[in-house]
Amino acid sequence: MVKVLARLLRELAGLFVDDGLLAIFVLGSVAAAAVASLLSGLWGGCVLLAGSLWALSVSVIGRARAESSGEHLGRFRQRLQGGR
Amino acid sequence: MTTLNMAFPAISAAFLGALVEAVEAVTIVLAVATVRGWRSAGIGALAGLGALALLVLILGPLLERVPLRPLQLVIGVLLLLFGMRWLHKAILRAVGIIPLHDEQIIFERQSALLRDPAHRPARLDRIAALASFKAVLLEGLEVVFIVLAVGASHGLLGAATLGALAACLLIIAIAWAVRRPLARLPENTLKFAVGILLSAFGVFWTGEGLGVAWPGDDFAIPGIAALFLLVALATIEFVRRPGMRARW
Repeated sequence: MVKVLARLLRELAGLFVDDGLLAIFVLGSVAAAAVASLLSGLWGGCVLLAGSLWALSVSVIGRARAESSGEHLGRFRQRLQGGR
Repeated sequence: MTTLNMAFPAISAAFLGALVEAVEAVTIVLAVATVRGWRSAGIGALAGLGALALLVLILGPLLERVPLRPLQLVIGVLLLLFGMRWLHKAILRAVGIIPLHDEQIIFERQSALLRDPAHRPARLDRIAALASFKAVLLEGLEVVFIVLAVGASHGLLGAATLGALAACLLIIAIAWAVRRPLARLPENTLKFAVGILLSAFGVFWTGEGLGVAWPGDDFAIPGIAALFLLVALATIEFVRRPGMRARW
């Protein structure tokens, strides 16, 4: 029962969070916007929008960078193994 | 009074979002039905719909008791996470970092799994029923969430429900007519568009929940969506540049 509930919760969380870094950036933008909205509503909106766009861009570029360095590492290992 | 101008973004967002989910659910139910027969697949799908209706009946009335601002904030943040997740994946697929989500592959994988004679019980085919149940319940939950998110905080629940219902009926009608996987729909393009719309709605409602007075009120949504589109396309171009990825 507990296992089923845990799996259900995991699947439910999976609807919203796939890339942990993206989720952290998005929630960080919301928190920053909440603080900025204390100064002015419009500032809060600007921070939220800019933060979300930045989060999207940075998480995609970060993922691409990670994949690319993984590929380079794989090719390097292949070359090393071929050289032996 | 709800004008068409106000209702249209909600209807189209719910329609597009539900379209994607319905394609996924119907593909799995079709695969199950083709291999194991319509009876078990149908029972599973109907049970999934029943469970979904029960959840909506339980959760629906609770929404009316919650004050608007916290509701907008919670739904906005969830929608933002949900939409950004879709958009993020659609961009990664567009640049070739993760493979395209091919309905034909899902159909074939599901069919191959279910053809395994080791999984063939005599009466009600539990695996077939469960596969259909799970697909309809999970994808249906996503549709319900989209409808609630798009419609609840602005009193557009009816319009959003209509949009989602139209999408589900359209996909069921297409599936019934062709009875083949729906691989020809450009799923990633659809997900990209839905991701942009949901993210825009998410930013808008999160902002409303935080007390942001958006310039132009609801008309700010197309502007926010346009900004998401621009940044998404620019990110795709940036990641696709051969020089950039080679340097990493």
